[in-house]
This record gives sequence, structure tokens and C-alpha cells, in this order.
Amino acid sequence: MTKEEVLHLATLARIELSPEEIVRFGTDFDAILSYVARIKDLAGSDTSTPHLGVVHNVFREDADPHEPGLYTESLLAAAPTREKEYIKVKKILENNNG
Amino acid sequence: MAKRTIQETRTLYQNGELSPQDVIAECMNVLALREPDVHAYVDVFSDLEKRAEEAQKTLEQKGGEAPLLTGIPIAMKGNILVNGERATASSKILENYIAPYDATVTARLRAAGAIFVGATNMDEFAMGSSTENSAFGPTKNPHDTSRVPGGSSGGSAAAVAMESALASLGTDTGGSVRGPASFCGLVGLKPTYGAVSRYGLMAMGSSLDQAGPLTHTVGDAELIFNVIRGKDQYDATSWDEGVYPEVSVKEMYRIGVPYAFLEGLAPDVRALFDAALAKLTADGHTIVDISLPYMKEGLAAYYIVMPAEVSSNLARFDGVRFGLHVSGDTLLDDYRKTRALGFGAEVKRRILLGTYVLSSGYYDAYYGTAERVRDRMREELAQNFENVDVIVTPTTPTPAWKFGEKADPLSMYLEDIYTVGANLTGVPAISIPAGTVTRDTVHLPIGIQAMAPHNGEKRLFDIAKRYRGE
Repeated sequence: MTKEEVLHLATLARIELSPEEIVRFGTDFDAILSYVARIKDLAGSDTSTPHLGVVHNVFREDADPHEPGLYTESLLAAAPTREKEYIKVKKILENNNG
Repeated sequence: MAKRTIQETRTLYQNGELSPQDVIAECMNVLALREPDVHAYVDVFSDLEKRAEEAQKTLEQKGGEAPLLTGIPIAMKGNILVNGERATASSKILENYIAPYDATVTARLRAAGAIFVGATNMDEFAMGSSTENSAFGPTKNPHDTSRVPGGSSGGSAAAVAMESALASLGTDTGGSVRGPASFCGLVGLKPTYGAVSRYGLMAMGSSLDQAGPLTHTVGDAELIFNVIRGKDQYDATSWDEGVYPEVSVKEMYRIGVPYAFLEGLAPDVRALFDAALAKLTADGHTIVDISLPYMKEGLAAYYIVMPAEVSSNLARFDGVRFGLHVSGDTLLDDYRKTRALGFGAEVKRRILLGTYVLSSGYYDAYYGTAERVRDRMREELAQNFENVDVIVTPTTPTPAWKFGEKADPLSMYLEDIYTVGANLTGVPAISIPAGTVTRDTVHLPIGIQAMAPHNGEKRLFDIAKRYRGE
């Protein structure tokens, strides 16, 4: 895998990589992908739609909420930066009017 | 700690011949003697003596009516939440994370009276087969401290093997309970997918993960499994009785062995496996040669499906809501720097690999094909279970290896070859000690694995107990 391909994956996965990691992962991925590619032979021309067996997702009723604020403090306590009852993050939208 | 089963300990408690304080004192003695070298735990909890006192009171007040695990010390893998305790999953990104609630398995063990000894060490986010991928340093195998304990639940296995807990919980995504059980001479169970709630477990591969016990005896594993199993409103994939048909216990079993899958085993490992089969035959069971061509290639499907699920599950670690935060110039920069510093090499490798197999243009060739192979594996198993009652293989192709011996990621991945099939298909599998093989004059334990149809834990416990003479 080329350096550019590894960097593209890192961009998608939102991980900054060191130059050493880029080289090392490229080599690792070549070996791993050439191993896992054997499933293509195994599957052959099979184009069936995969299914997930008898276990399927279920939804619960949207009812019986807990008391508002019951878990707010314990969950916010884990946030690296907060302001009152909000988690604080950097600005993501630029304001054109300055 | 003296070797006792949970049931024996319970009886001694009830007769007043032993107290939870005695047992906790034994635990702490082992911890003082062996933990500095073995490093089974990331944290040993600070309230053990207090909990032992409470357990003693409960036993005095309630006697035989006291909950089943009252005063029984149990170690918990570091990716299972224990309310108010640090839960790191052996990652730098969660170094200071305090669990805000109990996982369902924790809550059930707590309600049954268990004393939690500590959070055990593991491969970071359960990614590895040796516990060398911990951000807090490796765990050593109590049988030979120059060797790995297996992984990813290596700390949970070492904690029980060195006698600092009567049992432990691990999690098993591709063999992470069974592998360490094999390397440390223990019993390890990967339950049927959905038999045990995943609520409060840090997700790795959500379609594969199950929590399971590591114990000295099959009876203890059964006891713990019966406490933690069952439908949970907080895990939509957990199920009640009735989803799968009852799997019966029999007088004698037809045991399927995929002989073609055993090629390339070291001669002494193969000899030990053959001796185990000979014992099963002598006990009256029938061995049948079966063919599992898809299962044999399951590892390739596993190393596509698992990283794909890893890449989406670990997207939540962004330095915003919890865990490590590294500040950059922009929010995107915060994410990239936090994840760069917070994750170790193997975690990054799997996230990137998962991103690749899910990316546009490659999705169907990798992920789609792997899921189709997974379907064929389920069909293959279902067909074989019409002919045989259980399927037996080695648990691991080798005994414990030396630290650093498997530096190449693919050579480590190949260690999971016998275990990933049960996760990909959802069937239960148990590893039990089969004996020892010798490496550098040291006798190292190694396990054999039995798989049964979905919901077949009872059958696995039955055949395993009979094999072990319990």
C-alpha cells in the first residue's frame, strides 16, 4: 500500500500518523490484505445478500424516561472540558460576518 | 490462595470453617507475592477488606439464604464497567476514565454477592492474543513469567492462575477468553452470542463480542455463566429462552473432529490432542471425521469483519465527551491528535484496516464477501450439527510463546485460527485444560476446545465435566 493510500485512510479515520507509522502500516497492510484476500476464492461467484441469523435488532418503547438530570453530573464529570452543563468544543462553523 | 472451587468455598463459609476475610487475606497475600512480577491487574480495588466484612455479616445473617457468590473474589477484565472504578481497557485514551455505572454482568455478579478484586490487564481494547498490547505493560504467564499469558483477557487468566481470585470475567471477540485459558491451564467459556448482555462492555466487534468466565473448574464456569446469562433490557441482542431450541444432554456423544483442519500442528500438540480424543473414545463417545472447509478459512473473514466493526466502534473516542483530550488548532485537529496519542499501534492498525475494507470501491469485495462466507460457515456448522453433537479442536495451535516472539502482526493473528469460528457463527465454545507440552524444559498448559449448537452451553458443561472427572 502506498504512503498516499495509508494517509487517506488516516484522514478518514481521523488519526494523525508519524512518518514511521505510515511506512510500517503500509507494509503490515500488504501482508494482512494478501492473507485475507483468500476469502474471495472461497466465496467464488457467490453474490447472495448476507443475513444475520436469528438474532435481529429490536426497539424498545419510547416510554418511562428517567428523571431529567439524574445522570448529567456523573456523565459530564468525564468530559475533558465543560462549561456549566455543556461539553465545550472548538468552534466548527466560521462566521462570515466576522 | 488454596485451590478450592466456588462451591467448596461456599460450603466452608456456611459451616463457619472459613470466612470471606480469610479468603480476601489469602488473595492479598498472593497479590503481595506475585502481582509485582505477573502484573495481572491494572487496578486492585481498595475496598476488599470492607467488602469481606460485609460478606461475613451477610453469611451470618442469612446462612444458606445468602446470595450464591457472597464473599467470592472475582477479577474483572478492564473493559467491563464497575461503577466508580477506573475502566481503562488498558488504553492511554481511557487512563483517567471512571466508570459511571455497572455493566449488566457486573450488576448481576454484585447482586449475587461477589467481591470484585480489581480490573485486570488486557491487550488495548481487547486487540491482541498475548496482552503485550497493553498501554500499561504486559501481563506475564504465572506458569512461566518469560512467556505471555495469551490475550486479550491475559490479566483475567493470570489473576485466576496465580490464585488471586476464584474466577474472573473476560471478553471474547475471536478467542480472547479461550486463548488465555489454554495458555494458563484454565477453563474458559465463550457463550452463545446474545446469551450474556454486552451492556457496559467496551464494544470491539459488536456482532462477535461476548463476556465469559475463566475458572479452575468446569463447574465454576457453569455457576458464573448461570449468574451472568439472560435477557437484558439494555442489550437488544440478548435473548431469552425460546429463541434457540433446547440442546439436550446425552448419555454418549458423537464428536466431530475436522482432521483436515489440524495440519501443521506441532507434533507434541497433535499428540496431546489425539490423547484427549483417545480418552473421549475410551469413555464411550464416538469420534467422527468431519469436513469444515469454510470454518478452516474463517480467520480471513474474521480479520475483515472484526476491524470493520472496530473502526466504527472506536470512532466514539474523540476526546470530547470522555477520556484523553489533546488540543490542536481546530476541532478536527483535536480528534486527530487525541487519537494519535491515545491509541497504541495495534488499535490504529485495526482501525485503519477496518476503514480500508469498508471504504468505497472495496466494501463489497472485502466486507460483503466476508459476511457471505460467514453465512456459509453458519450453514456448514448447522449441517454438521445434524450429524454430530459437539465439535472438538485444539484451542490454540501452540502453547504460550515468549515475549516479543510474534512481533509480526499476521503471525499473531494466526494464533486465533481455531477460536474465531465460534464468534463468527455465534455458537458457544469452551476451552478446557488438556495437559502440558514442554518448551525449554518448562511444562506449559494447553487447551482443547469444544463447540456446540447455539444455546448448547449445558451440553458443553456436561461433556467437559465428564472429561475432567468433575
